[in-house]
Amino acid sequence: MDEISNPDNLIDEDEKSRRDFLYVSTAVVGTVGGAFAAWPLIDQMNPAADTLALSTTEVNLEPIEEGQSITVVWRGKPVFVRHRGPKEIRNAKQDDNVELIDPETDASRVQKDKWLVLVGVCTHLGCIPLGQKPSEAKGEYGGWFCPCHGSHYDTSGRIRKGPAPTNLEIPDYAFINDTTIKIG
Amino acid sequence: MSTKFKNPIVNWIEYRLPIFSFLNDSLGSGYPTPKNLNYWWNFGSLLGFVLVVMIVTGITLAMHYTPHVDHAFNSVERIMRDVNYGWLIRYVHMNGASMFFLVVYIHIFRGLYYGSYKAPRELLWMIGVFILLAMMATAFMGYVLPWGQMSFWGATVITNLFSAIPLVGDSIVTLLWGGFSVDNATLNRFFSLHYLMPFIIVGLVIIHLWALHEHKSNNPLGVDIKSEQDMIPFHPYFTIKDLFGISMFLIFFMYFVFFAPNFFGEPDNYIPADPLSTPAHIVPEWYFLPYYAILRAFTKDFFLYWPVAWLITAKLAGVIAMFSSILLLLFLPWLDGSPVRSNRFRPISMMFFWIFVVDCLVLGYIGGKPAEGAFIVIGQVATAYYFAHFLVIIPIISRTEKVMQLPSSISKPVLQPAE
Repeated sequence: MDEISNPDNLIDEDEKSRRDFLYVSTAVVGTVGGAFAAWPLIDQMNPAADTLALSTTEVNLEPIEEGQSITVVWRGKPVFVRHRGPKEIRNAKQDDNVELIDPETDASRVQKDKWLVLVGVCTHLGCIPLGQKPSEAKGEYGGWFCPCHGSHYDTSGRIRKGPAPTNLEIPDYAFINDTTIKIG
Repeated sequence: MSTKFKNPIVNWIEYRLPIFSFLNDSLGSGYPTPKNLNYWWNFGSLLGFVLVVMIVTGITLAMHYTPHVDHAFNSVERIMRDVNYGWLIRYVHMNGASMFFLVVYIHIFRGLYYGSYKAPRELLWMIGVFILLAMMATAFMGYVLPWGQMSFWGATVITNLFSAIPLVGDSIVTLLWGGFSVDNATLNRFFSLHYLMPFIIVGLVIIHLWALHEHKSNNPLGVDIKSEQDMIPFHPYFTIKDLFGISMFLIFFMYFVFFAPNFFGEPDNYIPADPLSTPAHIVPEWYFLPYYAILRAFTKDFFLYWPVAWLITAKLAGVIAMFSSILLLLFLPWLDGSPVRSNRFRPISMMFFWIFVVDCLVLGYIGGKPAEGAFIVIGQVATAYYFAHFLVIIPIISRTEKVMQLPSSISKPVLQPAE
């Protein structure tokens, strides 16, 4: 009740703090409102609904012979689907125990030993590694070789040598039946 | 009412909007300029000229260009073959980018040599650094638009740099792309931003000139303007000198436009973009090569990386170093502690200036070479020297060097040649 009994207080102190409060709350509300208004302008840059809708691809595995690879496009990126032979599988499993740059077992990277499915984008700076065609260099570990900055990947798509920091990415995929997979 | 001018219409306008006196005081006879400026001071006005050329040719190119992955490459070829003078406009724009960087690098090294970044011109210099950054962003996005192989893979590699940022890197890259790879959405936004950025540069240039006009140009002696005697009016002396410089520059520029239009370009960019096949050797345009060399220098066996190896990946270290190589310039006015501006009176600084020039050229050379063998080692040494120049050599030399006797004014050595 002090303010009422002392009019000076009411004008000087209280009035001043009330005004400060109004200034601060105006600034806060304005900033928050501005942020809300800015968000659609930023989020419009993220993938649009039609881009997201294209995010699954089905692959028929039947025509791929042992030792062959095919490249399919998923979300605008190449996906390598490799039908591995027994030797490649054996090499990949043997190397589970050696020192790896990005340690992962071969078993954790495949759903069925015969089929290796990888995003064919080098994890360094996004180039497409060579090794899909029989004529191309496969690198020192018999998998893939990125010509841009010299990264070598093994028959499980793991990084073994060069500047790339991680193994070739495994996309989400599922076997619809024995001969068809759905990526994404 | 003002009666400053003879023409009554000019006076009528001047009274309401003092634009004539503003122009006269900015680049007319009302703007005093140090009288000893040499030809290295031509490059500022040259930059203004190139900026206008780029905007005019760019706007006309945009009238014929189609920013769509299916049509971009062909629309550029149509400009080259079918649009009236399209070949000329595109070659001017394309080579104009190289000219812009050539001229801006000379302008920057002029500032470094004569200490133009020192008080009271620190902000002038810092605004210039931001102009350089804006130019780089503009050039990068413009190079993507023809949608050739180098356009596509350059965009892929550079946008992937942001994936090195911990935690949010991949989300940022997706945001930049507008998808899961460089694609139509990316091309569209690069076109939009490429059109916007030059006008942001114009805005920065106006602020740059504002700051320049506050304390006037530095000069080859680096001593302050002391009296009216030290200056001459901008018009007609420097308007005519700048026009002469532009004429000389145009001979050089037009040589490339007409006789070697693809000298600065990469042949691979005349192959349409193919997202499933990477060219064997990706190189950026020549004006980005030194930064590219710094980026690539950071590998696991580079000694500058060792102190931070426990904290960040080599890739992230390279990205940070590349951006720092330019951002360091912002701190130069304080890294350099010398009271003397011009290197004419700082013999040791002058020597290190030239070593630094060579170092930048070496970085540029290495940036264009594949990352193998001796090139890696040379690139790493040159990168280490680049940072040592700013963080060790300049701070120490500028504070310990014995400088030569400065002339008492700009006019002194002009009227009585020293020795």
